[in-house]
Amino acid sequence: MDVERYLLKLYVTGQSPRAERAIANLRRLCKEELEGRYEIEIIDVLEHPQLAEDDRILATPTLIKQLPPPLRRVIGDLSNRDKVLLGLDVRPRNELAQGEEKQ
Amino acid sequence: MTDEPVNARALPPAKVLTGIPGLDNLTYGGLPANRSTLISGSSGSGKTIFAAQFLARGITEFDEPGVFVTFEESPEDIRRNVASFGWDLAAWEGNGKWAFVDASPNPEEEIVEAGEYDLGGVMARIKGAVDRTGARRLVIDSLSAVFSQFQDASVVRNELFRIARSAREMGVTAVLTAERTEEYGPVGRYGVEEFIADNVVVLRNVLEEEQRRRTLELLKFRGTDHQKGEHPFVIEADRGVVVIPLTGIPLEQRSSNVRVSSGNPELDAMCGGGFFRDSVILVSGATGTGKTLTVTHFLAGGAQQGDRGLLFGYEESREQLVRNATGWGVDFERMENDGVLRVHCEYPEARGLQDHLLRIKRMIEQFAPQRVVIDSLSALERVGPPKAFRQMVIDLSSFIKQKSITGLFTNTTPTLVGGTSVTEAHISSLTDSIILLRYVEMFGEMQRGLMVLKMRGSQHDKEIREVTIDSTGMHLGEPFRTVSGILSGNPVHSREELARLEGLFSQE
Repeated sequence: MDVERYLLKLYVTGQSPRAERAIANLRRLCKEELEGRYEIEIIDVLEHPQLAEDDRILATPTLIKQLPPPLRRVIGDLSNRDKVLLGLDVRPRNELAQGEEKQ
Repeated sequence: MTDEPVNARALPPAKVLTGIPGLDNLTYGGLPANRSTLISGSSGSGKTIFAAQFLARGITEFDEPGVFVTFEESPEDIRRNVASFGWDLAAWEGNGKWAFVDASPNPEEEIVEAGEYDLGGVMARIKGAVDRTGARRLVIDSLSAVFSQFQDASVVRNELFRIARSAREMGVTAVLTAERTEEYGPVGRYGVEEFIADNVVVLRNVLEEEQRRRTLELLKFRGTDHQKGEHPFVIEADRGVVVIPLTGIPLEQRSSNVRVSSGNPELDAMCGGGFFRDSVILVSGATGTGKTLTVTHFLAGGAQQGDRGLLFGYEESREQLVRNATGWGVDFERMENDGVLRVHCEYPEARGLQDHLLRIKRMIEQFAPQRVVIDSLSALERVGPPKAFRQMVIDLSSFIKQKSITGLFTNTTPTLVGGTSVTEAHISSLTDSIILLRYVEMFGEMQRGLMVLKMRGSQHDKEIREVTIDSTGMHLGEPFRTVSGILSGNPVHSREELARLEGLFSQE
């Protein structure tokens, strides 16, 4: 079993509906797929433009997978779950489960 | 009474001097303040240099900090590329005058789009950098590159509009660049760039008769006066973009009634008392008719009055010019030592027309002469296309007159006898005075004739006079009264002359 810890940073702009949506989507997905092995940091670019500068953020929301390597970026409100998993390089659990059953 | 401005809307927008040489003349005072101006051009047209120069000049000349947002090249590339112009970006970044917002793509990073997004991140970074530096100027290079970083073009479009709007709210004057694919096609690759900015400037880099020709056009300048048309510019190794305004200068041209001597009293008399000081005189003729001699008289005559002369030689070497002058009793070398003359000889093909023009202007500014000679203009004509040549002559004439300098340009005609040349036809309308030197075949002997064809604003002798040249220079003799058709190269002798001629033969 994979025990890698995920360190995720989510950059958003203020408290817009889109930001709220992205946060909710991310939380749900992490709970379902990465239970017990993730950490989320949420950063508002309006409050921390320098952090956005350091991480070279263009779009908001931007999700950065800081750990495990490689560094990956996903942009958008994270409503497209498959794309998020693809972007984070995470294989969904049900897929893993299905794979195990087949063996 | 109220302190609020009355009908502020009717007032033309204030402008911000760019400090880019020549541009502020074209725009009558710079770019509209607190507005955005699009600089559109094909790849290699100088957009990024233009944009960087806008910020650099802001810092060096007006102490205005600037923010450079790059969506294309990395800050490191930009720092390196503009270092040759003397702009030390790293130093300015160090003392808070210049800030980069690095939005260039990272090729090692793959970005997955999963849902709706906006460009709030880059917007916040721009605001952050503007606040941090107290920037008055903003550059976004380039709008087109933003499109290539994102899949959803409609989002990019909306966000760019939002960024342009917020630039206005931040109180900065913005230069946005856009990439175009054709020199005379749509303003921007994505069709929307021109609508994002308030004003549009197009940079072109056109190949004309094997010569690169850069031009700048103020395509759209909302609610403000500016000069229309394409204006040549160059990118100088140490100054960056230098725009050459063409049509603006003549409006300011002064005209004086002050006369200066041509250096030849007989020619002065023919011209009604000498040349006008702020005028340009064209001396045209075949090789050997006395053009360089006219030049020599002009410079020597000036030096006698304490006028400084600047001679640009494009046909003969320096040694040749000095030797010729010595033959007519004029010592160019001594004049140079006395500081009243400078001779600059160059091979015409050594540089392009615009570079020649800039060099000439620079030397004029350095030496501050009262008299300038181009010997010959026709040699320069070979270097570039006719349109560019004509523009160069217009520009140079304006420049010379503006500085209250007397200019004498020579033109070498291709045919020995009579005839006009392309240069004559091209530029005769641009010069104030025209002096023609012609070979005249008289009874089996070549003689030289001189005629003042045009003398703007003055009476002049309209006869064709015989020219003789000896060790003291040029002498103007009697008019060829009995001969017609000299200018066309087919002299016809009048009946009396023929009779005299027959008489001469019978006496022998």
